Amino acid sequence: MTSVTMTVNGKAVTKDIEPRMLLSTFLREELGLTGTHVGCDTSQCGCCVVHVDGDSVKSCTALAVQFDGASVTTIEGLGQNGTLHPMQEAFRENHGLQCGFCTTGMIMSSVDLVKKAKEQGITIDEHYVREGLEGNICRCTGYHNIVKAVIAGAQAM
Amino acid sequence: MATNGIGSSVKRKEDLRFITGSGRYTDDIQLPHQAYACFVRSPHAHATINSIDRSAAEAMPGVLGVFTGEEVAADGLGGLICGWMVKSKDGSPMKAGPHPILAHRKVRYVGDHVAVVVAETLQQARDAAEAVEVEYGVLPAAVDVAKTHDSGVDIHDDIPNNLVYDWEIGDKVATDAAFAQAKHVTRVELINNRLVPNAMEPRAALGHYDTGMDAYTLYTTSQNPHVARLVISAFVGIAPEHKLTVIAPDVGGGFGSKIFIYAEECVCLWASKKVRRPVKWTADRTEAFLSDAHGRDHVSVAEMAMDENGQFLALRVNTKANMGAYLSTFSSCIPTYLYATLLAGQYKTPAIYCDVQAYYTNTAPVDAYRGAGRPEATYLVETLVEECAKDMKLDPAEIRRRNFIPKDAFPYQTPVALQYDTGDYEPCLDKALELADYAGFPERRRQSEAKGKLRGIGFSAYIEACGIAPSAVIGSLGAGVGLWESAKVRFSHTGKVQVLTGTHSHGQGHETTFAQLVASKLGVAYEDVDVIHGDTSKTTVGMGTYGSRSLAVGGEALVKACDKVIAKGKKIAAHLLEASEQDIVFQDGNFSVAGTDRSKSIGEIVFAALVPHNYPPGLEPGMEETAYYDPANFTYPSGVYICELEVDPDSGVVEIQKFTAVDDFGNVINPMIVEGQVHGGLAQGIGQALLENAVYDESGQLISASYMDYTMPRADDLPSFVVHTTAGTACTHNSLGVKGCGEAGAIGSPPAVMNAVADAIGTRISMPATPEKVWRALQKTQLAQAAE
Ligand code: FES
Ligand code: FES
Repeated sequence: MTSVTMTVNGKAVTKDIEPRMLLSTFLREELGLTGTHVGCDTSQCGCCVVHVDGDSVKSCTALAVQFDGASVTTIEGLGQNGTLHPMQEAFRENHGLQCGFCTTGMIMSSVDLVKKAKEQGITIDEHYVREGLEGNICRCTGYHNIVKAVIAGAQAM
Repeated sequence: MATNGIGSSVKRKEDLRFITGSGRYTDDIQLPHQAYACFVRSPHAHATINSIDRSAAEAMPGVLGVFTGEEVAADGLGGLICGWMVKSKDGSPMKAGPHPILAHRKVRYVGDHVAVVVAETLQQARDAAEAVEVEYGVLPAAVDVAKTHDSGVDIHDDIPNNLVYDWEIGDKVATDAAFAQAKHVTRVELINNRLVPNAMEPRAALGHYDTGMDAYTLYTTSQNPHVARLVISAFVGIAPEHKLTVIAPDVGGGFGSKIFIYAEECVCLWASKKVRRPVKWTADRTEAFLSDAHGRDHVSVAEMAMDENGQFLALRVNTKANMGAYLSTFSSCIPTYLYATLLAGQYKTPAIYCDVQAYYTNTAPVDAYRGAGRPEATYLVETLVEECAKDMKLDPAEIRRRNFIPKDAFPYQTPVALQYDTGDYEPCLDKALELADYAGFPERRRQSEAKGKLRGIGFSAYIEACGIAPSAVIGSLGAGVGLWESAKVRFSHTGKVQVLTGTHSHGQGHETTFAQLVASKLGVAYEDVDVIHGDTSKTTVGMGTYGSRSLAVGGEALVKACDKVIAKGKKIAAHLLEASEQDIVFQDGNFSVAGTDRSKSIGEIVFAALVPHNYPPGLEPGMEETAYYDPANFTYPSGVYICELEVDPDSGVVEIQKFTAVDDFGNVINPMIVEGQVHGGLAQGIGQALLENAVYDESGQLISASYMDYTMPRADDLPSFVVHTTAGTACTHNSLGVKGCGEAGAIGSPPAVMNAVADAIGTRISMPATPEKVWRALQKTQLAQAAE
């Protein structure tokens, strides 16, 4: 067992875990943050995306111990003080979700994608969003409304 | 309230929990003292199990038990069943081999369940599963459906040639006679590629045996928990039905794959009693690829007989259908009653004959996947029609128009059993031509050519039968269940409404649509309606969600329950308003005496029913009404899809430029949700046409068993879609006039894409049209041209 300390959604946590524990397992099983989903465990689907120190990370393909001292944000910590993040709101407004399973990772990826675009002065259009979300699979929506949602969310962010 | 009623794009009630990560999927559930299961799966496609040595595994840390097919047999458990008896041409029943929940003495596909290890932690279970030593006697495998008949491989005892059934429909004599008279015959050979449904939430199960209550609870990723309860109790025999609760909480997509009753969920429930602990299993993605029921996998030959004007005279089809190693829950009806009955399409072809041979192979079971039989029928018919147009030198739109069932011919009896109650096909075609700017295509093609690209356009005019299904009809065809639906509307003192439905929502948004429906019917606030589903202890009975049935069947049951509420409410209102029951009219949530201003709101009526101080003598208190609805017919959505795409001849890459979908779904409750369903279906259909393929090698190894090898449609593979729902023809036999929209996109789109590919490259290739295949086809044509 190894001790790991992180800030998760603004709260400091310390746990003794097996060194082989994945970050996704740590969040889901140790902290009960089940909004982070596991859809493939091979880094392909993006259901498990969280933010580590502000960057999106596929938590199914990272060991929790790698992030000792890091600050992690999951979907549960995305909204502030009980209000939704504009990207969450945009997904709801644009029917960017159906079963909801890919949705949390999709939103986390989208927030990072938009943030990066804004930092780099990239125009957030359909092409940019489709290319940028290539690492997130949705089987329900056909992406049509996800793309709409991300563009709308970007405007509101 | 009008803004939330029928016909408005209300934002979904379910979304808040999903966008905040507070959905509750099966794997999110943790029960106290829960243990974990890991399955030992066969690495061979076909082998005898000679011995299983579990001693090393049992000695490992945390292991609570290791179980095999021997214990299953010793406990006298039954197996999984196929609930639809299809008969062969000669009247003999289909041949169903045993389907044990843990393999007994033999394995029949890679991934077959050989043993289960239950341990304190998932890692311990996984480690111990690796220590279970199984000695196999490897046998030759039959994998290809076209070859299994003569393979000499016996997958099940006493099932010669691996033939499950040899079935037929239609009039062979009339069809052959029409072919003898035909001026022209067009023929196609088609493979409908095998697909893996790939709901993003992998299957999972959590079984819990409660010793004190001697009762069982199963949390599972199911589209129909009640059917799971029935099969697990009546056939597998793990728990009696009244002592078993099945809960399908939030389910992350299904597309058919979560209809079926699977070995793993049965094993978790059974093992829970053995170890006296809750037992959880969650598939990893490769397990899902190996063991979820797959879809499609047909090999067909189809011929159309025509007169000199391109009028269809007769259609003749032979199909070989791959059933995999075991018959999954509804597998037998897919390549028969859900496939060949749709071969009339939108056309008035007078004679049709189809025969289907279904075979076992050493591959994962094949069952319903979004569309289930209807995409296979549509791909066949619409490919053939496009080839007919080419042969007859007719415009693809024109040949369809010429052969459409005319508007005044409804109800229309097809030669393949179904009676279409209503439809009007030309307006969909006209609208699609307009939205796709068909007239402008030649110019766009010239522009592509100028850039060195090949441009193509392809059509598909689909029909589907959904709202599954009239019980008497399917019963006469061999179904083991009735496919009615149940609904309950329950009021509390404060006028809040709980709706219980036997359908299940795993992305479709029933919590919203059904609340809209009840709000509209009963005049209560949309916010005051809560829709409950997916728990057999709450909704007494139900048949679940598949075959685009939830609204057409489950919604109609809900209408009937609302009607009962209104009928009872009128009795109470008559008493309170001192009027005769016949004079009470109900509108917008108010019961009033006709022609007066005396009225009571539904809230007041409900309160009177629950606090019956002043109440009609003899009338039962309470306001809770249940209704069942068994549809009179299937519903028949239809539409026309047009795909326009560009091919890069240097790379073979296909890029869809525009996809136009025009659908007639009858009446629509929530247009936003309907459009979303079409989008998702289109992505899956386009995925089938361009990207997806489940491939077994000759030894029966699934070589596309991860997202590295199986190409899922991603955001950058697809365009935004042009989707239009026409005013449509309302279904004639349900009061809502609704038809169903969940599968249309997946049914209609593959032929549109493939017809466009053929149009672009001048030759027909099989699905998926990968860059490699397209490039090779182009090389071949160029070589042929050069040789001329
Ligand atoms: S679960 Fe992490 S990428 Fe699929
Ligand atoms: S909403 Fe179901 S996978 Fe995206």
